Amino acid sequence: MLISCKVASRLISRSLDKPLSWQERLSLRFHLAICQYCREFSRQLRQLKLAAQSILQQTEHDLSIQLSPDAKARITKAIQSDL
Amino acid sequence: MSQDSRHEWLELHGDYLYRFALARLRDAHLAEDVVQETFLAAIKTTSFAEQSSQRTWLTGILKHKIVDVMRKSRREIAASELMSEEDANMDEFFDSTGHWLESPKAWTVPDDVLEQKQFLATLQACIDKLPKKLAALFLMRDVHDTENEEICKELEISATNAWVMLYRARMSLRKCLEINWLVN
Repeated sequence: MLISCKVASRLISRSLDKPLSWQERLSLRFHLAICQYCREFSRQLRQLKLAAQSILQQTEHDLSIQLSPDAKARITKAIQSDL
Repeated sequence: MSQDSRHEWLELHGDYLYRFALARLRDAHLAEDVVQETFLAAIKTTSFAEQSSQRTWLTGILKHKIVDVMRKSRREIAASELMSEEDANMDEFFDSTGHWLESPKAWTVPDDVLEQKQFLATLQACIDKLPKKLAALFLMRDVHDTENEEICKELEISATNAWVMLYRARMSLRKCLEINWLVN
């Protein structure tokens, strides 16, 4: 029932991808109740996901990012030759 | 549909589609290419008249083109980067009794716009430093929320491979952020 931080950290990561077995869930819950380090680790992994998603959104919403004039000319040419 | 409206597509939607592609492919040339392919595919179809929004329709085509490019680049990732259960032993992080060698430190994504920009740039640098397959897996799972089964099929890896690699990727990224963000 008692698991180490090493094992707990694997379970925390795995729980983000698929449901743990009930034994795993129970062991992890016990561990997290007494281990502030693994609670912090768990929080970090969630923050990491949010942050990585923000990178994508940041690029999507940055209006200063535009097609270069060269690329525009190239695409226009390609379209015209196809129309 | 008149051809005039087709000529306006690039002006109306080009930059939007480019940002959408760049955010996912993170390569200017690849992003330009898929935008071009999208327009070329779009002018060849006649089904557009029924679509309510040009932009939504074009974005739909673009998404398929992006997936194709990602698939191609993933195929080029060497099979030698595959990992087994043993690789989950990240002994550099734990002592012999399984305790953290260094306790995870608290950090959050900053609220301040400028600080957040720097933080995300730091994270991007950390992602770029990961082995390619780990980075691809991390992005598929944590950014694009791809289901595990699909990831395994797409990257041709086992479920064990997948969790070990995701575990390693996440462990490395949080450590990289601790080192490069918290120190400053």
